[in-house]
This record gives sequence, structure tokens and C-alpha cells, in this order.
Amino acid sequence: MTQITLTINGETKTIEAPPMKRLLDLIREDLHLTGTKEGCGEGECGSCSVLMNGELVNSCLVPALQANGARICTIEGISTKGRLHPIQQCFLERGGAQCGICTPGMILATHHLLEKYPQPTLLQIQEGLAGNLCRCTGYTRIFDAVQQAILKTQQPTNN
Amino acid sequence: MRSNPSHYELTTPATLEAVLDILASDLGPYTPIAGGTELMVALGAGRLATRKLVSINHLQELRFIATTPETLTLGSGTTFTDLRKDPVIATDFSLLSQAASWTGSIANQNRGTLGGNIVNASPAADSLPALLAYEAELTLVSARATRTIPYAGFHLGYKKTILRPDELLHSITLKRDFREYAHYARKVGTRNAQAISKVAIAALARLKDGLIQDIRIGAASLRDRPIRLTATERVLQNQPITRETIAAARAALTSETQPIDDIRSTAKYRAAVAANLLEEFLHQLKP
Repeated sequence: MTQITLTINGETKTIEAPPMKRLLDLIREDLHLTGTKEGCGEGECGSCSVLMNGELVNSCLVPALQANGARICTIEGISTKGRLHPIQQCFLERGGAQCGICTPGMILATHHLLEKYPQPTLLQIQEGLAGNLCRCTGYTRIFDAVQQAILKTQQPTNN
Repeated sequence: MRSNPSHYELTTPATLEAVLDILASDLGPYTPIAGGTELMVALGAGRLATRKLVSINHLQELRFIATTPETLTLGSGTTFTDLRKDPVIATDFSLLSQAASWTGSIANQNRGTLGGNIVNASPAADSLPALLAYEAELTLVSARATRTIPYAGFHLGYKKTILRPDELLHSITLKRDFREYAHYARKVGTRNAQAISKVAIAALARLKDGLIQDIRIGAASLRDRPIRLTATERVLQNQPITRETIAAARAALTSETQPIDDIRSTAKYRAAVAANLLEEFLHQLKP
């Protein structure tokens, strides 16, 4: 067991865990944040996406010890004070979330995409979300939601 | 069956020197782990044989891109995202930036490293044909010595390399000699993106007076390791691009490759597609 200290959604926590425990399991089992989902467990589906020091990563492929000292943001850290983030609101309004398993990862991948490209083209949206698989929506509604979120995140004072 | 993470040891020495000391110690063997995009998959699938790992992900000494007018040197910890963002790679080594863009998703590109791709030594790896075409050199370091070798001699067989247990891949050096070359990179997989290749080709060529003056062809998934198609290159050397040249090059490619049937494709399909990719490149070269 190793001591791992990390900042999760703005709060600093110290956990005892095996160093090769997957960050995904640390988040779900030790930190009890179950918004982050496991899909494939091999980095193909993106359901376990989180932001680590601002970068999108698959938490199933990160050894817990490599997250020591890192800032982690999960889906629980995206909304503020019980209010949905504009990206979440757009996914709701445009039917971008159906069964919900891919949704936390999709929202974090969208967040990361809009940080890099505030006004992404459809191709950039498709590439940015290509590592996040959805078996419900056929993706069109997700792309619609992201396109609406582009407009909303650019007018933060108007909502 | 997933492995029990409690059965594995992972250490994070503060410096490169300390990592090399651990690799050279009697306590090993240790397996270095960078972005985890390969080894953590093996862990999840219960097939990570090594029990002792040493993390190199945090070593800034291994994550750099250094350019001089003549060379580009990439630290082995350079991620695929780093490769895609670099302006010199985009202009001088476009085969490499293209390959980086094919390598998994954005999340995997943020973590996966060029050094990991090389050392993992998959015959299907996306970035390796480009490194063969550019005649990359590798610098390997250990607690007792540093050696620089041509990348072409690194792979010995299926997932076998010349890397010793105490050695770490430090950096990859490319000569900036290819601005006058035509570049060609194409990967054929099950889908356009997020699919491991059935076949991939990365090639460079320079023509003079209608003749192929120099040509370099790297390929993935055509043998037990990433390969340079040297016999095919010899057939094309100093030739005009005619129907006869193309037929001879296709025949040479077929004779020097040994594709296999596996979960992703068949030997027959791979051989046919590889020859078609080569032909596509040759047509693009026509003056």
C-alpha cells in the first residue's frame, strides 16, 4: 500500500491504496464518486474519462500512484453548487444523453475539446469525441448538444 | 480475469539517474511504465507478467522536443499529443505527425508516448514505419553506459528488441533532410479512426529528371516487426514510374513481406492492400 495525495474536484484527499490500483477504481471505491463509469476497461470506450491536470485521460489506464499530486476533475466536479454546467444542460436539452453510461465521459471530453478549441468545427468535434463510444444516440444528438454548448459557453454572462 | 493490483509493485524515483539505478539493481527485473496505455490494458486483462514496475511518466528529462538546424531529437516520454502540436514535426516530419493523429483517441494520445510505442514493439504500431523511413537513431541509456544505434536494428523479432533489462530508451533523433521529399502515409484499418491497422505504409521519395533518386518505405503489419521494404526500394531506385516499374515493385513487396492471418485481417488481404498502397504512392509521385 502507498499513500496517494491528490486534489479531486478541488478537494485535497489522501488515500492508502496499492500503487497499481487503477485511478478509476480509486475514484469509485475509495473516493465514492461513482459518476465515472467503467465500460471496456482497456482504453477503447472513454466511459472512464476524467481530466488529470487539465488533460483528458482514460482513468482505467492510469496507475493510482501516477495520480499522486495531480488535480483530478470528474463529472461530479463539472457542475457548480448544484447547477448544471452549460455542457450538461445542452446534453439534456438536445437528447445527447440516453442510457447515461457514456455521458460523464462525453461531457468531460467535450469540456476538454472546448478548452482547446472554443469554436470547433464538426470534424474537430468528431475527432475530439472519437474515443468516447455511445451505443444509444447514433452520435448526431451528441454533436448537436456540443454545437449548442459552443454558443452557451461563449456567453457565460447571459445564462 | 483482471489482475489483483495488490500483487504489483510500482515505484516513482525522483530522477532519471535513480530510475537507471533501479533498473541496474539485483532487485529486478523492473518494467518501466510511462503512459500506461499498453501495460495497464495488460493489467486489466490479467496478462501483465512483470510484477515490479518503475514509473517514468513524471520524468521531465524524458519529455522534450529539441531542434537544431540539422536534427530533431524527441525524448522517449514525448506524448502523441506533443508530437501533433510541434510545428517542426508538422513541416519536416509530417509522416510522424500523421501517425500520431492515428494513434488511438485524444485521451490515449495525451498519455501514450513515442518511446512506449517503440519499446512495446508491436508490428502494427502506427508511428514506427515513419521512424524507419526517416532512418531514426535511438539513444539507449543505462547506469553504466549510453549507446546510440540505428532504429532499423532495434527489433529482433515479434516483440523482441535489443534493449537490455537495465537499459531505458532515452531519445529518438531524426535528421532534418526530408523537406524536398514527397511524403506518403496511409493506414488501412477496420474504420477510419480508433482501429488498429490491418496494414500501414509510411514512405518518402525524391525524384530527379523523372527518375526515383531516393525512396524509403516503412511498413506495419506485414511481418513480425515493423519493417523497411529495402528490396522494393532497390527495385525502384533510379527507375522512371512506368507500368513495368510498378509491377516489379509490387512483386518485390510481396516477396519481402510475410503478412499473417489474425483477428484483424488475412494475409491475402494485407498483401494485396500493401501493394495497392505502394502503387498509390508511386502514382502520386508521377511528375
